[in-house]
Amino acid sequence: MKGEVWVYAESTERVLHEVSLEILSKGREIADSLGGSLSAVLVGRDLMDVAKELVSFGTDQVYWLEPPDSNFYPGVHVVEALTELVKEHDPDILLLGATSVGAELAPKLAARLKTGLSAHCNDLKIDEQGHLLQVVPAFGGGVLATIVCPEKRPQMATISPGVMKIRRNESRNGKILRREMPLNGKSRVKVLDSVKEERMEVSLEKAEIVIAGGWGVGNKENWQMLEDLAKLLGGAVGATRPPVDEGWAREYQMIGQSGKTVRPTLYMGFGISGMMHHMVGIQDSEFIIAVNTDPEAEIFKMCDFGVVGDLKEILPCLIQEIKKGRSEREGF
Amino acid sequence: MRIIVCVKPVPDPRHWNRMSLHPTLKVLVREGIPNVVNPLDRHALEEALRIRERYGGEVMILSMAPLFSLSILREALAMGADRAVLLSDKAFAGSDTLATSHILSEAVKRIGPFDLILCGNQTIDGWTGHVGPQLSEFLGIEGISFVKMIEGFHFEEDGTAKAIVRKKTEGGYVRIEARLPLLLSVVKEINTPRYVTFSGILEAERKEIQVMSASDLRIDPSQVGLAGSPTKMADLFMPEVKRRREVVQEKPEMASKLIFEKIRQRGLI
Ligand SMILES: Cc1cc2nc3c(=O)[nH]c(=O)nc-3n(C[C@H](O)[C@H](O)[C@H](O)COP(=O)(O)OP(=O)(O)OC[C@H]3O[C@@H](n4cnc5c(N)ncnc54)[C@H](O)[C@@H]3O)c2cc1C
Ligand SMILES: Nc1ncnc2c1ncn2[C@@H]1O[C@H](COP(=O)(O)O)[C@@H](O)[C@H]1O
Repeated sequence: MKGEVWVYAESTERVLHEVSLEILSKGREIADSLGGSLSAVLVGRDLMDVAKELVSFGTDQVYWLEPPDSNFYPGVHVVEALTELVKEHDPDILLLGATSVGAELAPKLAARLKTGLSAHCNDLKIDEQGHLLQVVPAFGGGVLATIVCPEKRPQMATISPGVMKIRRNESRNGKILRREMPLNGKSRVKVLDSVKEERMEVSLEKAEIVIAGGWGVGNKENWQMLEDLAKLLGGAVGATRPPVDEGWAREYQMIGQSGKTVRPTLYMGFGISGMMHHMVGIQDSEFIIAVNTDPEAEIFKMCDFGVVGDLKEILPCLIQEIKKGRSEREGF
Repeated sequence: MRIIVCVKPVPDPRHWNRMSLHPTLKVLVREGIPNVVNPLDRHALEEALRIRERYGGEVMILSMAPLFSLSILREALAMGADRAVLLSDKAFAGSDTLATSHILSEAVKRIGPFDLILCGNQTIDGWTGHVGPQLSEFLGIEGISFVKMIEGFHFEEDGTAKAIVRKKTEGGYVRIEARLPLLLSVVKEINTPRYVTFSGILEAERKEIQVMSASDLRIDPSQVGLAGSPTKMADLFMPEVKRRREVVQEKPEMASKLIFEKIRQRGLI
């Protein structure tokens, strides 16, 4: 139905994923502009608290599918159950997070429903006819394409984490509609266990200050200065692709098309040329500072404040300056 | 094991900076930019070759692409695949991921029984990651994306087999047991693809590449290409930059003072 916006809400250990809240915020905006309603779809066991949280977040309906077993894999059975639910209610728009779960589930669901799907959207708009305009990066973000799905419904999109702003809505009188989701006993896939791997101290996506380094940092010793600066400012350290390949930084620190999207208050890039693959991951930063020896570096066309200079000389000075500035202010 | 590896030729990313947007036609000008095997598909192929080395069987390349991509398929054959099938037809042009997966699935049904289909997790040009999962749906099998390791296979008495794989997640990974036939979309951590050797290139010359058209696949042209694609591209544009772009060249001490000021002005120190 026109204006019916659905969001697939993901949770782990009964905690809603941030990206789901981001999409719900955008979904609310779209539903309001179309004069429709916003629903969340929830799949999992014992999720009453999560369902209530979705209602208090401003969701009009929560469709909750509860499987008999909590260790289910979101494979064919979930696709079937969701297909049935969608066919029953005929939503206009269905949005999922481009997460390890959403990016796999969305295309399967679109294939079942024989509808269109766009991937890793970083913007959504509604045109005059009420169609969903889906802005997606292609060729590493060097170009953006607007995708539409004029005929088939629902119009489906996955949204990159970190690109939409969370806006809480005052609580509404949302309904929670729970339904059992039978899992055919002979499932072909089974989750054996989940393993958590090492995480960062300050998570990159949430950091207010991101200090990023590129190939120009040159070696592990210089990289340490970035770590020191980040510690001093309470920020997180990010990287372009080459430092990850060189082993100065870890895979989870990579920012850009194949890495994370950040939107800090301040981003500082050292020895980074400004290739679109990296820049797409930082374009929503409030303020961008760049340090590069090459006055022609692309990043200078995309920053707020640029310094042409050698990071090996500037970093130690800057660290000194901050220490000094801080002690002056704190009166030591 | 019979393994199908889905391979897509893509414009070589090393030349992307030469690509431009046609000001009025709103299409990408990619003249003279060579194609290569999509990087993750080389990881998928490498994994298939390792499985064949261990368990025996056959590795087949499957690709939907224009006829000029034959040379790219030769490259994949030179890595060690046994044979290749190229799906090529004017009717396929403009297919979105749904139509592409539909075409690939019809070809798989004709290629015959398989144990495993391996895909790259995503292509670098379109960057959707849809084709693997959608192909599994069209074939009615399970598909797992973000696979960073295949731990191994278990062969049961009744002739069935299971794979144990690790799927990368936001905070780590999940271990999954899945019955064959199965589709896996792999990420780059899974392996390091081998180099093509000279003897590999010579052998590839003798390997078979079967070319199939829409009519060979008995595909209704209205189901594929632009007509069979529910998504349409409404616009193509370059991201716009709205930044202050104040750039200075100063001695390190002065530069640091200026940067410090900028940080302080934002209330972060
Ligand atoms: C499909 C695809 C996806 C990709 N995804 C990503 C991604 O997600 N994230 C990502 O970052 N990259 C990604 N890349 C790689 C990307 O194309 C670039 O190669 C990468 O971003 C470049 O990193 P860089 O700026 O650190 O290195 P370079 O481009 O080599 O730039 C180094 C810069 O350092 C400067 N420099 C050198 N010495 C100094 C010094 N002493 N002081 C100050 N400046 C100095 C140089 O002038 C130069 O501008 C991807 C590539 C492809 C093909
Ligand atoms: N035209 C194609 N021919 C063969 N395989 C493809 C094609 N397009 C995509 N694939 C496979 O599907 C994967 C994901 O592609 P995509 O959904 O385009 O990001 C690729 O890494 C390939 O393994």
